[in-house]
Amino acid sequence: MENNSLLNVEDLKLYFRTSRGAVQAVDKVNFRLPKHEAVVFIGESGCGKTSFAKAILRLLPRNVLEYSGRVYLHEKDTMQMNDDEFRNGVRWVRMSMVPQAAMNSLNPVLKVGDQVAEPLIIHLDLTKAQALERAKEMFKKVGVPVDFLNRYAFELSGGMRQRVAIAMALITNPELIVLDEPTSALDLLTQANIMNLLKRIKKETDASFILITHDIATSSELADRVIVMYAGQILEDGDAKRFFEKPLHPYSQKLMASVPRLRETVEPEFIIGQPPSLINPPKGCRFAARCPFVFEKCKLDPPLFDLSGRLVKCWLYEPGMERAAA
Amino acid sequence: MKAKTETQTAVQTAGNGKTSGNLLLSIKDLKVWFELRRFGFGHAGYVRAVDGVTFDLHQREAIAIVGESGCGKSSLMKTILGINIPTEGTITFEGKDINLYDRSDLQWFRSQVGYVQQDPFGSLAPFMSIQRILEEPLIIHGVKDPKERLRRIRKVMEEVKLTPQDEFMPKFPHQISGGQQQRVVIARAMILEPKLIVADEPVSMLDASVRVEILKLLRGLQESHNLAVIYITHDLSTVRYFSERIFVMYAGQLVEKAPMDKLLKNPRHPYTRALLAATSDPDAENATHYKDVPPGEPPSLVNPPRACRFHPRCPEFMDGLCNVQDPPEFLPEPDFHTLCWLYDPNLDATLTSIKR
Repeated sequence: MENNSLLNVEDLKLYFRTSRGAVQAVDKVNFRLPKHEAVVFIGESGCGKTSFAKAILRLLPRNVLEYSGRVYLHEKDTMQMNDDEFRNGVRWVRMSMVPQAAMNSLNPVLKVGDQVAEPLIIHLDLTKAQALERAKEMFKKVGVPVDFLNRYAFELSGGMRQRVAIAMALITNPELIVLDEPTSALDLLTQANIMNLLKRIKKETDASFILITHDIATSSELADRVIVMYAGQILEDGDAKRFFEKPLHPYSQKLMASVPRLRETVEPEFIIGQPPSLINPPKGCRFAARCPFVFEKCKLDPPLFDLSGRLVKCWLYEPGMERAAA
Repeated sequence: MKAKTETQTAVQTAGNGKTSGNLLLSIKDLKVWFELRRFGFGHAGYVRAVDGVTFDLHQREAIAIVGESGCGKSSLMKTILGINIPTEGTITFEGKDINLYDRSDLQWFRSQVGYVQQDPFGSLAPFMSIQRILEEPLIIHGVKDPKERLRRIRKVMEEVKLTPQDEFMPKFPHQISGGQQQRVVIARAMILEPKLIVADEPVSMLDASVRVEILKLLRGLQESHNLAVIYITHDLSTVRYFSERIFVMYAGQLVEKAPMDKLLKNPRHPYTRALLAATSDPDAENATHYKDVPPGEPPSLVNPPRACRFHPRCPEFMDGLCNVQDPPEFLPEPDFHTLCWLYDPNLDATLTSIKR
């Protein structure tokens, strides 16, 4: 294993038990995150991107059927830790999360200052006064007026609440911050302001970021690297610049073509059909049923082919194949 | 439908240059204020959700109203649908003020205006099959013959591409996908063959790949049925594919009204410029620079800023003018209405006059 990688995920699986069968939300995901890198997970709703984030942070619901694989943080496999070790040594100490709709996830009966300071008191044994002092600094950093420390969540606007949630994730100086749809419930200008804030934080800290979003335009704001998820699996993984210039996987290409552009006159297209059910996903390539380039070999499950540093899970990129998609 | 012409003169003066058909809907100085009460009585001010909105809509014309949440766009829409009562001003549909409608007029009006809701699942009754959902408007509006009703249901399902119809009709909303649910909502809005469709964020709850499909469907229906459409959205990147004119709404007012291509190419109002700057296209370059957007949040509509409502956030703020005098509508080019002092043709004279 390389030394500069912060997180190394191998064969991560997360299946849920439902009355209709096992939902394979995350199915054998492999991925490596170096230090100080921002990686964006894009995909449509139900593709397993949020489940993936929760699997890394071990924030699991009760109906988990299978949770397996290895998640190395530096050299240490966090999957071997018990819940107490994980809670005391990893979650919110070395990795934290801004959950989806974070602005509505604040505790309504606690002052926001106390909420932001709380992880310091619990995890780093600071006194309340010290912790509040640090919270105050953090408020300045994320652009919340300091006198808001004594307010309750309902007294803050959506954008301010989002900033508070970001402050809470940053307060312990974690090495990894997972942002799950950090702007989806916000207004356009507020969204742009939050993205500006995240860009600044990324510059100022050494932390790595995992940004999860369905909004491809927003994803390009922060990404060093892009990962496309579909039906619980990673279909493409590569450098952001090359991805936005020319996505490789047919699904990525279709997804990019479906984004309405403001500054170009390209007609957006849509993808015919729907993603497969994760209860009984098709064998072989999971996108085959909607893929314009489908051929005989798609009945088999493709591996991730390496194209000079970019990974693509598609038979079209098998060495020696003539590339219809390219 | 008998149309009275008493408001017709007002309509003509507010007319917009480009006409793509007969005048269908005319809104004049519309104000919708909601009273705030303290402890259930005692007056405590007003929420000025819509504050002086004027525009015309012609047949076969698609317009987009763009604005952030809380800018009053949904209140405006509900007033057009006759759900809210205007505090001041008039809404004229086919020549008659909708607030003077009697019962039968109102029923006719409701058959003429279709409504596509934002949340498809939330707006479909969970205990009704698709067939019943689509049949209900026909029953209410007096289509007595069951065979005729079935024929119209099949026709409208064909139009929104919910085929094969027999497969979908017995299904319940939870059994179909989000995109299909939104098709049912559109079919329900279309089934009485309205002249106007009001679509409130019809695609904001849908995935990227489905979004375009639904927008294209709506656009196709608009063209094939000669519909007028009011498309309400916060997403500027989708309006290009949808509308002839764009109205930008901020704090209860339409701050800019212009044809789509002109507005996207050359936005005038600083708020419109900020909206365009905040909307990004997927491009790795975005990560290398900060976006040029004003800080702050939209103002409260209870105590909106004096004069121009955007002035506390505006990068072009001119002290003594923008915070003192309401900007009138300027026309920097034909058809391009903007509520901003920057486009006063006599700006220098105005500025000197206030300095004295």
